[in-house]
Amino acid sequence: MASLKALRARITSVKSTRKITQAMKMVAAAKLRRAQTQAEAARPYAERMERMLASLGASVAGSPDAPKLLVGSGADQVHLLVVVTGDRGLAGAFNTNVGRFARTRIRELEAAGKTVKVLAVGRKGAAYLKREFASRITGEISLAGKKRVDFTDAQEISGRIVAMLEAGEFDVCTLVYNRFRSVISQVPTAQQMIPTLLPEEKGAEAPAAGAQALYEYEPSEEEILAALLPQNLAIQVYRALLENSAGFFGSQMNAMDNATRNAGEMINKLTLNYNRTRQANITRELIEIISGAEAV
Amino acid sequence: MATFQLELVSPEKLLLSRAVEMAVLPAAEGEMGVLPGHAPMIITLRSGVIAVTENGQVTERLFVAGGFAEVTPGRCTVLADEATPLAQLSKAAAETRVREAEAAYTAAAMDTPEKREAIMTRLLTARAMVLAAEAA
Repeated sequence: MASLKALRARITSVKSTRKITQAMKMVAAAKLRRAQTQAEAARPYAERMERMLASLGASVAGSPDAPKLLVGSGADQVHLLVVVTGDRGLAGAFNTNVGRFARTRIRELEAAGKTVKVLAVGRKGAAYLKREFASRITGEISLAGKKRVDFTDAQEISGRIVAMLEAGEFDVCTLVYNRFRSVISQVPTAQQMIPTLLPEEKGAEAPAAGAQALYEYEPSEEEILAALLPQNLAIQVYRALLENSAGFFGSQMNAMDNATRNAGEMINKLTLNYNRTRQANITRELIEIISGAEAV
Repeated sequence: MATFQLELVSPEKLLLSRAVEMAVLPAAEGEMGVLPGHAPMIITLRSGVIAVTENGQVTERLFVAGGFAEVTPGRCTVLADEATPLAQLSKAAAETRVREAEAAYTAAAMDTPEKREAIMTRLLTARAMVLAAEAA
């Protein structure tokens, strides 16, 4: 049986661990709230953008000289996966979930004879995928050390994607990230970005009243589309980044909550053990004294 | 007087959503006034100032750094790359941006035309911001 002193030391150490996890949980909760409001603030823009793109895209998509960003390069050979993960650990299975999801997808695509390239956003995902797919990684972007995600960060990432598309480095681009369903549930999701999926393709029924109105364009349709598409790409990346950070903090909050509870349980067990040992010691000492007195 | 719904959104937030009488937008090909019942249009914006009119008076002026606008008879949606109310615009900050953009432009002298064009747009935006800040 462990000595009293060793037990005391263990109890103190578990107690300070509990303090740390509790503090981390509080911090994660505060950051989660901020990330959530930010994600909500970005929603109106994305919705309006989608509506605008729907009316524009439909009229241009059919023409042969439609922009590459809208219709892709026509082939389906090289796939680019943009994998968004957290920059830090201690968030339960958050990063591993996206990583595993991406891995399965890469394997599927490669089994189908496609070439896969990976652009990793976030340090943890990059580290995870490097172990198996080091040769496929074309770039790594880390947002570590930033207090909050800015739209300019998203623009930078989408700028890289556009540059790669123009250089003909891939045909299809898919965004892989953790969709924020609720604080306790984040779902790894794949979202195709290039070629652009127009909203009509998702639900073709019921032409929304007024949405199909005949618009005038100033300047030309093509010019507007050329400016709108990169922006649309950036906003999709931005949303993924925001959902990722909200999900990350949600997951971290949960993990830390569990850790705090486990530490509490452990402290209880150790304290019980400590008290038993202490009593056993007292009893033993008493027996020794009594039997000593009787012997006299 | 008749009104229409004006919405101004930037990627970071929804800045404005209410019924107004008139809005003047800095369209790419010249200022454009929007009144209720305007013909449906989609336009691109350059950087400049949006003036909002309510009850016959200009009640709000906001600086936008480029973007798009969708106009329908009952609604006008502005998707701005960046938007700030004029009152919150700081001239000093805008001038810093101009200097940064100018430095970037000089540094990019040997770059590809596309990159130089992007920096030029940034410079023009910053200059428009200074003008807007002066007018405030």
